[in-house]
Amino acid sequence: MSELIISGLHVEVETEDGPKEILKGVDLELRNGEVHAIMGPNGSGKSTLAYSIAGHPKYHITSGSVRLDGQELTGLSVDERAKAGLFLAMQYPIEVPGVSVANFLRTAKTALSGEAPKVRTWVKDVNAALERLGLDPSFSSRSLNEGFSGGEKKRNEIVQLEVLNPKFAILDETDSGLDIDALRIVSEGVNRYMESGDHGVLLITHYTRILNYVHPDFVHVFVDGRVVTEGGAELADHLEEEGYDRFIQLAKA
Amino acid sequence: MTESHLHPEASWELKDHPIPTGKEEIWRFTPLAPLAPLFAGVPRSEKRLHWVGPLPDGVTHDCYSLAECVAAGGQAPFDRIAAVAVASDKAAYIDFPAGLVLDEPYVMDVEAPAGVYYQNLNLVIGARAKLTVVLRHRGQATYGELLNVIVGEGAEVNFVSVQDWDAGSVHAGQHSFTIGKDAQVKSVTATLGGSLVRLMETASFTAPGGQLEQFGIYFADAGQFLEHRLFVDHNQPNTVSNVDYRGALQGEGARSVWVGDVLIRKQAENINTYESNKNLLLTDGCRADSVPNLEIETGEIQGAGHSSTTGRFDDEQLFYLRSRGIPETEARRLVVHGFFADIIRRIGVPEVEQRLLAEVERELEQVDLSPTPASLEQGIEEK
Repeated sequence: MSELIISGLHVEVETEDGPKEILKGVDLELRNGEVHAIMGPNGSGKSTLAYSIAGHPKYHITSGSVRLDGQELTGLSVDERAKAGLFLAMQYPIEVPGVSVANFLRTAKTALSGEAPKVRTWVKDVNAALERLGLDPSFSSRSLNEGFSGGEKKRNEIVQLEVLNPKFAILDETDSGLDIDALRIVSEGVNRYMESGDHGVLLITHYTRILNYVHPDFVHVFVDGRVVTEGGAELADHLEEEGYDRFIQLAKA
Repeated sequence: MTESHLHPEASWELKDHPIPTGKEEIWRFTPLAPLAPLFAGVPRSEKRLHWVGPLPDGVTHDCYSLAECVAAGGQAPFDRIAAVAVASDKAAYIDFPAGLVLDEPYVMDVEAPAGVYYQNLNLVIGARAKLTVVLRHRGQATYGELLNVIVGEGAEVNFVSVQDWDAGSVHAGQHSFTIGKDAQVKSVTATLGGSLVRLMETASFTAPGGQLEQFGIYFADAGQFLEHRLFVDHNQPNTVSNVDYRGALQGEGARSVWVGDVLIRKQAENINTYESNKNLLLTDGCRADSVPNLEIETGEIQGAGHSSTTGRFDDEQLFYLRSRGIPETEARRLVVHGFFADIIRRIGVPEVEQRLLAEVERELEQVDLSPTPASLEQGIEEK
């Protein structure tokens, strides 16, 4: 049994006009085996939520807590949070020239598990993960995210998800910029990750498209820095028909 | 013919190169005191350095006089130290005959004990030859040098020079490529050791069609001064140059200077040139000067550009790596390793690449890349 409990999370960023509150009290509870979708309009703070949980230095948590299996994450460094079992698939994965995908994956796996992966099975495992995401084995010798197409970057995030095998994964608009085939391949990767039953996913998206492939157990509508409505998969269908407007009005009320 | 404003005229005569005062453009960054023994000039002596290892089959070695030197067509000295090297040492010529193909890199290991030395070395590479030469400097010398690499028509040359001196060493030299018709030259300069290293690296063309790629890496530790001054003289049409130098600096008083001068002469139509320099400041207390210069005398070219950046670690890169569980110190190590590997992988000679990567790793082992107290405080505040 694993759980990721976010409660009363308030987050600020520094702006030219001083600190600005982006998250205004977020409460979410994820358990293993669950896929939670967070949907909301641009600028509602969905990505801020993702980066704050992962510990990006730009975001200041002013109050609230994030606990993973009882361990408070907000006091931990970025890498300690990953070691606690957290993973963030980024909307814009960062280029790191001269660091190969293979070297990066091995370094991360070693850091997470505390020992170097077994040479004999490691390369095979990485190549198999690449292949499942429709990437050639030669991909592992390329510089991390450098010169990757938008689709390759997102596939590479899911390769990392499969290889690093965290307890909880936050997917920040992993579906954006993907064509139909890539969307299906990436979604299948997420579903494989969920198959074991001891993982959970927080899937942040604008669109319901990906939810046709990755079926959410819960849908949270995010407006102006907080969750305004929650429901099951059917809530996504309502959003598809009605848009966010009703919820934006609701948040203002 | 217009001469570049950025460079003094080259001359084989020592009298044309007065001892610098430090006010000259080409010397303005360099601490001159450690170079005094090399400026002084010494009587021609028997004390000279030798490189270890036999010559490859078909390659010959000879000693030339100054007159023979001039006739061979190498680049004359641009500065006092190169001129002193010419005046103080008989020119050593190594002749790689036309059509020679070397499967293995030819490695010249210069091992210098303490003392003042000069070298006037000439590598003459025949037409259509294909080879890699690695010149590796080690030891404790105060070393003044002129190196001419004269590349024949259609030849393909990989030239690697590694400055791997012990602490306390001083090395000032001029490395010049004279590139023949349609020849391809790739040079890699790796400057890691020594208290003061100053290399003037020049290139010019004897005919159209030559292509030059110059890559460099340097790693300045506390108290080290490393200077690379590049001058590409596009004096022939249809020539290409691409320069990319990367430096990392760490520790109090670590200094680097990179100057990239490119002159596109009036006759150099249809050329293409790009130069780039990136510096990574790993700690407080270090300084990198980076000065790209383009002098363009014709607009009839394919392209000319340059870029220069000097900065600290990219927070987004570190965040990305750390979000995968890689601790901060390890993430920094990975970024610096990648910063250099990005250059080294372009050499295309696996043996040389592995050797340089090992050198970089050895440098990185000696560096404390753990977060500074300032960034730790910042981390606490974030929580």
